[in-house]
Amino acid sequence: MAKWGMVIDLDKCTACQACVIACQAENNIPNSDPEAARTGRNIHWMEMLPMVEEEYPHLRMRLMPRPCMHCEKPPCIKVCPVNATQISSEGIVGQINARCIGCRYCTTACPYTVKYFNWFKPKWPEVMEHQLNPDVQVRYIGVVEKCTFCHHRLQKGRDLARYEGRELGPDDYMPACVQTCPADAMYFGDLDNPKSSVAILSKSKRAFHLLEDLGTHPKVTYLSEGV
Amino acid sequence: MDLKKTFEHDEEVLLRPIREVNRNYYITVAVLSLIVAWAFFAYFYQFKWGLGVTGLNRPVYWGFYITNFVFFIGISHAGTLISAILRIAQAEWRRAITRSAEVITVMVIFFGVASILMDLGRPDRIFNIIESGRFQSPLLWDVTSITCYLTASTVYLYLPLIPDIAIMRDKVNKRKWLYNVLSLGWTGTPKQFKRLELVISVMAILVIPVAVSVHTVVSFVFAMTVQPMWHSAIFGPYFVVGAIYSGIAALIIAMALIRWVYKLDNYLKDIHFQNLGLLLFVMTLLWTYFTFSEYLTTFYGAEPTHMAVFWSKFSGEYMVEFWGMIVCCFVIPVIFLSNRKLRTMTGMMISSIAITIGMWLERFIIVVPTLANPRLPYERGAYHPSWVELSLLAGCFAFFILLYVLFTKFFPIVSIWEIQEGRQHAVSEVSERVRTYLPDDHTDGGETQPFPTEQMESARS
Repeated sequence: MAKWGMVIDLDKCTACQACVIACQAENNIPNSDPEAARTGRNIHWMEMLPMVEEEYPHLRMRLMPRPCMHCEKPPCIKVCPVNATQISSEGIVGQINARCIGCRYCTTACPYTVKYFNWFKPKWPEVMEHQLNPDVQVRYIGVVEKCTFCHHRLQKGRDLARYEGRELGPDDYMPACVQTCPADAMYFGDLDNPKSSVAILSKSKRAFHLLEDLGTHPKVTYLSEGV
Repeated sequence: MDLKKTFEHDEEVLLRPIREVNRNYYITVAVLSLIVAWAFFAYFYQFKWGLGVTGLNRPVYWGFYITNFVFFIGISHAGTLISAILRIAQAEWRRAITRSAEVITVMVIFFGVASILMDLGRPDRIFNIIESGRFQSPLLWDVTSITCYLTASTVYLYLPLIPDIAIMRDKVNKRKWLYNVLSLGWTGTPKQFKRLELVISVMAILVIPVAVSVHTVVSFVFAMTVQPMWHSAIFGPYFVVGAIYSGIAALIIAMALIRWVYKLDNYLKDIHFQNLGLLLFVMTLLWTYFTFSEYLTTFYGAEPTHMAVFWSKFSGEYMVEFWGMIVCCFVIPVIFLSNRKLRTMTGMMISSIAITIGMWLERFIIVVPTLANPRLPYERGAYHPSWVELSLLAGCFAFFILLYVLFTKFFPIVSIWEIQEGRQHAVSEVSERVRTYLPDDHTDGGETQPFPTEQMESARS
């Protein structure tokens, strides 16, 4: 069984935010607007996290792309009262929108704050309604949503592989953010396969995880020189 | 026959609020109903447009509603728990106050539950909790515990009401059918009384662990997460202490209003308030002790993520609420309650109102600053409640007071039969009980003699 994971090489990342946009488009996430940003209602499954290190004049600022960490031990699924957020056998933490009661316990329990709530009914400018991704469900009002590692692409890739009578290959499944990264800074694959690029890179000396000490075992690994 | 007259007088006075309905009552009900109607409008507005009409946001996903939930469930510890403890401890001064306390519990739990429903993004899916409930989630513990507590408290309120309902069935010319059904054919035979007392004492014992569990699991909703200043081992007892604390304060306010409106000075006497005031003072100190322990350990440990929350409370954005809590829950009560001269009715009312406000602030200061200071360096969250949340808070209070007022018009708010029982039996029972505490005196045929003070005096000189 595969264990899907992601590696983000911060030494290569140019913080161009193409991954953020690719994610918004792929996953039918409503456009941000200034009002929503001001009131903290924007939804970004993939977001740029500003890491400020040291102080002026030695200030170092860098932006880290931050998807859901898809923890091996996710604090969010522990607290859900209705089983609406679960971890699949392949390690993807998903959200069942049709069952979620919107109590927002998972959003408060997540130490990475990567779960988002639909404060209003999601809406798009009329012209954009026609370019919604048919593979991804448009969320309801009042439910929680989150990064799924573009799980629908896994289903599609698996279907294709089955149709062609072969095993699922490394190129059959890749989230939109990884696919779009112009700097080639993001890797995706099976952590259980020792030959996969993510398995090799996540053992690199440059590797670290966000909030590692909380014991959540994130499956998103960052690479950076000098950590 | 003297006792019979006294009994009739008791019934006369205590049934008066039910027999007589005056203009003030209608005005009160009308005003409260208006506020409740406004709150219903606010809720339907939120239901239609979504939780976006509140001030909630990411990362402050929980705000007023969860604060209210914890607060109201806390207030509910006024009644059943205190009443049960006093009954088991055979505290004779309980007789006049148990009923008014138990009613608070039953009424206020509804608003704790309602606050959760208001907070849900999809209240229409509430039955998913039964359909696909997960008992690993602390929220399910809450659902279980609170349902159990509401049921037990309702039964515990109803049982001691039965003899009083029978009195009303016989002596009040209103709603005969209702009292007839509810009195369950009570005739007041010794056998019935014996059974009643047995069930009441069983319920009193059962309800204590349930009550303690309720606020413990409410605290677990926070403590089970890894979030800074929530993930604390003392949250269970801290919340229970806070709950009893705010509960007693609410009880004192309710009793003072009942006594003032229905002129029950002879039943809810100063001594009752004095005793409750002392209890309140003990709880003040206990609460302060817990608060001090909680904040000092955080401060001394000085983990950066914890300290971010700590400083936002201590000297940051939530400074006003934090120090307001300290003033309301520590400074004011200690000043007024520790001193016999200041522990007057006014002093106790000031403290009780301050504590009620302060404990609401305490709940707020636990819920919001932790969420507003997430671990990762996002923009710091800010939370400002909208008119919807304020309306619903006002609505919850108004609805609770309305239900309480209506209760006093349907049932006696001071237990008649328990007062009568006290007059008839308790005095002799208590002196008998006190006698059993003393060493047996065998000098005079086994009869206990009064302490020979004069002989001692003469012997000493």
